Amino acid sequence: MDVEKIDGIIDGYVDEEGVLIQILLDIQRELNWVPKEAIMEVSKRLQIPISQIYRVASFYTAMSLTPMGRHLVQVCLGTACHVRGAPKILNKVENTLKIKAGETTEDMMFTLRTVNCLGCCAMGPVMVVDEDYHGKMKTSDVNGILERYE
Amino acid sequence: MPKINSPTGLEDLRREILSKRDPNKPCITLCSGTACHATGSEKVAVAIEKELEKQSLKDDVDVRRTGCHGFCERGPIVVIYPEEICYLNVTPEDVSEIISETIKEKKIIDRLLYTDPNTGEKVVYEYEIPFYKEQTRIVFGPNKNIDPKSIDDYIAIGGYSALSKALFDMTPEQVLDEVKRSNLRGRGGGGFPTGRKWETTRNAPGEPKYVIVNCDEGDPGAYMDRSLMEGNPHSVIEGLIIGAYAIGSHEGLIYARQEYPLAVENVNIAIKRVEEYGLLGKNILGSGFDFKIKVHRGAGAFVSGESSALMTAIEGKVGEPRPKYIHTSECGVWDKPSDLNNVETWANIPLIINKGSEWFTSIGTEGSKGTKIFSLVGKVNNTGLVEVPMGTTIREIIYKIGGGIPGGKKFKALQTGGPSGGCISEEYLDTPVDFDELAKLGSIMGSGGMIVMDEDTCMVDVARYFVDFLCDESCGKCVPCREGLKRVRKILNGIVAGEGKEGDIELLKEIGNVMSKASLCALGKTAANPILSTIRYFRDEYDAHIEEKRCPALVCKDLISYYIDPERCNACRLCLKNCPADAIDGEKKLIHIIDQSKCIKCGTCFDVCPPKFSAVKKISGAPVPPPIPEEKRVIVKAKKAKGGKK
Ligand SMILES: Cc1cc2nc3c(=O)[nH]c(=O)nc-3n(C[C@H](O)[C@H](O)[C@H](O)COP(=O)(O)O)c2cc1C
Ligand code: SF4
Ligand code: SF4
Ligand code: FES
Ligand code: FES
Repeated sequence: MDVEKIDGIIDGYVDEEGVLIQILLDIQRELNWVPKEAIMEVSKRLQIPISQIYRVASFYTAMSLTPMGRHLVQVCLGTACHVRGAPKILNKVENTLKIKAGETTEDMMFTLRTVNCLGCCAMGPVMVVDEDYHGKMKTSDVNGILERYE
Repeated sequence: MPKINSPTGLEDLRREILSKRDPNKPCITLCSGTACHATGSEKVAVAIEKELEKQSLKDDVDVRRTGCHGFCERGPIVVIYPEEICYLNVTPEDVSEIISETIKEKKIIDRLLYTDPNTGEKVVYEYEIPFYKEQTRIVFGPNKNIDPKSIDDYIAIGGYSALSKALFDMTPEQVLDEVKRSNLRGRGGGGFPTGRKWETTRNAPGEPKYVIVNCDEGDPGAYMDRSLMEGNPHSVIEGLIIGAYAIGSHEGLIYARQEYPLAVENVNIAIKRVEEYGLLGKNILGSGFDFKIKVHRGAGAFVSGESSALMTAIEGKVGEPRPKYIHTSECGVWDKPSDLNNVETWANIPLIINKGSEWFTSIGTEGSKGTKIFSLVGKVNNTGLVEVPMGTTIREIIYKIGGGIPGGKKFKALQTGGPSGGCISEEYLDTPVDFDELAKLGSIMGSGGMIVMDEDTCMVDVARYFVDFLCDESCGKCVPCREGLKRVRKILNGIVAGEGKEGDIELLKEIGNVMSKASLCALGKTAANPILSTIRYFRDEYDAHIEEKRCPALVCKDLISYYIDPERCNACRLCLKNCPADAIDGEKKLIHIIDQSKCIKCGTCFDVCPPKFSAVKKISGAPVPPPIPEEKRVIVKAKKAKGGKK
């Protein structure tokens, strides 16, 4: 891990109050997860106990304390998608990738997550892989879509 | 650009912007909201720019990327000005034709128009499409006309004139009075009178005072705040500055969730521009009033949308609520007086200042004034964002604007208010929608989620869905919410799994009542609404699950079986090929059979069986018929049928 990167992020917030969440979000964006070393560095620089940083990082869904796979699969479980059958889609993805939501495949290829409303309920049920939106999903579409990624 | 330092300076700039714009010059506007973006609007935009270049029309036609128009169901949406010709579901392949036919020849391309499903008539202009025609779009309307990244676009439609009016023609007290007289109530869910909240913060001792925008939008099936923030951030900023002036605050905060990257980006750009223009910062427009705004990204926790939790999150701590014997309006961020309002609440302020409270109170019902934006989603034909006057009936919203239920299915329920709200049944379709009427039915208006459910939706499953959501999102600080939700989840999981027992419903009600009385924050206090309202209106569905182990809507996995109807199976082998569990037996010309012991009930066979056969059935509450004997499985087609394909 690049301590300089972390320091660079922290430097952007000098003399501001209440910036812990903002810094952790930036780290998440930069590294795609929040590693232990980053938390230690933040703790050292901001003089905040490590336990407190872990508490914040584990409370919010936007921060991941484990490394993420190469591709992020997000299945929307918002209400609109739910009533259009999203749970079946999630089930199918879980069976195909052999992981549960929130986990990463052993080969570090896919991380599976559930989200609430992506703002495109008209396309529901929706699944997003990286930046690609797949709407009006059917269980039979899942394999074909996942096969496209390597 | 030199800062504008007087109201006349602003008006001069407006005139200058308008004088450079020829209202007759063709302009292609293209929705770049989240839904249209997801369906490929950026590809269309690039194609348009390329084609204009190719046909040497670059200087004769403007292209504008706007925020969400509302009719997301039919995106990407292209509207061509000055005529306002509206094309729906546009693809990059349509672009060259649009340019050469419509832009050059003024000819209309029929195939891209909206077709009225009832009359079959084509509709040319956006404002004549029934979805839009029945709405009153005072807050959301400008979205379709402006590029959210352009402050000039906002100024061109009269932007910041309300700010200038407030700062120069009105005292802070007068602004406050105007808002109080408008009877505007908060759009974030609670419906608290905005003017009164402002007054509390204004009168509270302590400096500095903060004004805050709540763009957390935790309701898991709603996206109106997001679309407003993405599509018209200046209207929110203008409202916020006016509020700050009335309250006597010099620091604003916008709390927007990280998962809304475009909203965060657009509001940051907007803040930069207003600062450059002298509409934000020191001595705004030369009035002597100073104000600055900071954007705080939220990290995704439903409970952090609650006012005291949101303020704790702004301080960089875990966003948990605290008891509210002292209101945040008096003691909020860093223990200073802090006024928090919802995105849509703020966006209403410039309108009230410009047009007056009398105009505002002329819209809506006795207790709820103005309009409300709803996110109309689920089992409805025209999914999208809808703005109507308070008091519009549920029926008008679902049928006139939403175009009814797809696939000829029957309406079952409308869910409003998200996880804090409830489900309303068919007999209440004519209820006028406002804060008080929905509360009477055991739901709430909430921030504007409206999820339509049809006969294929299981109401017990819906209750469980919300309880699941709330269980995950409860911060765990207080016992009634944390433990109550867990118990309730267990009971509901039992019911949908066919393990419900007598007395479950009474227990659900009892726990629900304790949660609503004893929880610390409104998350727990309202958590029982989805359960109690579904029990109230759909008790028979609960009973069917508990007593007959039957899911009437055929949703609950443990209570249904998949079965292939031998009369309908055509041995096309699609289900067999797609079944992940190898549970289907069959071959060419042999009726397929599901081995119930192997089936994992994934529903794939049901999805892939071609509609013309519809051979796969769901069964609940009755035994699956025994497989047909081997000798009867062979399909012998009559000669005629074989050749006589339609
Ligand atoms: C659990 C919970 C979540 C909330 N989430 C939001 C939200 O996402 N957006 C919002 O505007 N208000 C939300 N609220 C309501 C806020 O606490 C607050 O009442 C509101 O932002 C005030 O603005 P208003 O007066 O303009 O409605 C939530 C409340 C609770 C209890
Ligand atoms: S009611 Fe629930 S969310 Fe609110 S404080 Fe208690 S545990 Fe936390
Ligand atoms: S429901 Fe799924 S597992 Fe069961 S038979 Fe159909 S495809 Fe196979
Ligand atoms: S609920 Fe899935 S996109 Fe809105
Ligand atoms: S995003 Fe284009 S209409 Fe909503």
